[in-house]
Amino acid sequence: MILTPTEWAIVELSLRVGIVAMAATLPIAFALAWLLARGRFPGKVLLDALVHLPLVLPPVVTGWLLLLAFAPMGPIGGVLERWFGVTVLFRWTGAAIAAGVMALPLMVRAMRLSIEAVDRQLESAASTLGAGPWRVFWSVTLPLSIPGILAGAVLGFARSIGEFGATITFVSNVPGETRTLPLAIYSALQLPDGDAEVLRLALVSVALSLGALVVSELLARRSGRGMHVL
Amino acid sequence: MSFEVDVTRRLGEAQVGAVFTAGEGLTVLFGPSGAGKTSVLNMIAGLLRPDWGHVRVAGETLFDAAARIDVPTERRRAGYVFQEPRLFPHKRVRANLLYGRHGAGAALAFEETIDFLGIGHLLDRWPRTLSGGEARRVAIGRALLSDPRFLLLDEPLSSLDRPRREEVMRAIEHIRDRIRLPVLMVTHDPEEAERLGTRIVRL
Repeated sequence: MILTPTEWAIVELSLRVGIVAMAATLPIAFALAWLLARGRFPGKVLLDALVHLPLVLPPVVTGWLLLLAFAPMGPIGGVLERWFGVTVLFRWTGAAIAAGVMALPLMVRAMRLSIEAVDRQLESAASTLGAGPWRVFWSVTLPLSIPGILAGAVLGFARSIGEFGATITFVSNVPGETRTLPLAIYSALQLPDGDAEVLRLALVSVALSLGALVVSELLARRSGRGMHVL
Repeated sequence: MSFEVDVTRRLGEAQVGAVFTAGEGLTVLFGPSGAGKTSVLNMIAGLLRPDWGHVRVAGETLFDAAARIDVPTERRRAGYVFQEPRLFPHKRVRANLLYGRHGAGAALAFEETIDFLGIGHLLDRWPRTLSGGEARRVAIGRALLSDPRFLLLDEPLSSLDRPRREEVMRAIEHIRDRIRLPVLMVTHDPEEAERLGTRIVRL
């Protein structure tokens, strides 16, 4: 299948947005997953609900909230503008933020399950062998939950490259900057002779999403069986 | 005294605990299942916090509610062999054995330990490929090699067939008579208690 140079640029942009969104969300998602899996604190239910909000909220609402937060006068946008002189509006970085926020619930869920699946008794065994809390984490908990964490990351990546509603609301549909695969498909659909382009881009989308899902599933199965040959 | 234990803890509706002092050798904690024997071991190892009481091993206070002493598990140097082997599934046998090993000053030599346990040929295997008896002996080796001050054995012979039981019993006798580590062993089998115990504490 031959893509035009413009279409290749769209694919490249989508991959960049997806990878950056996933990488930036990973540590945040892991910290939240850890808190939800292991933490005991008041307001845990509320935090759980907040994390899941982007999953159930209309994406256009998430996009609008991001717009409010990152606008030049907004709470986050103001700080970025004043301290760093940057803005994410109409930029691919903004698209990555939207994708990351939308991917967060899926990533937290996968990671939380894998942390909860770690046998706490192995952790007690490690501590009787002289391992303090940090060593227990690095040598037992993390290696045993890593397949689930990677599965969550891949799932987050897949979700990121498919993000549409929040992205178009937040950073609009700027060719070469925020026009990722789904936005490009949407734009091509508006054109009278865009059918061929829609087909090509849709096939790329299917291939990327399917590949990511398969990888994610294989990783999750590996963590579920408790067999870790890492 | 090797063990001076006086602990109680409320677990749901039940009150579990034990009071005993024991000298050298192997002390058997004997009692029917459900008597809270494992909970007592957990309190000595620091995995379960007693509501009240004290734990002293070989003269050192590990826990004392009145004096607010509670040494963290990782610094109690308890060699704990759990009822299930609890080997780390992502580490080979060798790495499992060396997990608790720090520095060269340990009292027990690696070669000697794997030798009397008969696990030298298993070093490169993954834990999931081991038989029950092999996993049990590796777990004992891992505990011994962490340079413990005392050993806690929770039903070390349960769910093993006869020949395997004999192997593990010999290893325990070796620990009792040659290595001379204070051992506290939980069992509900009178025969085991009789053969291995220097003394028997009934719960």
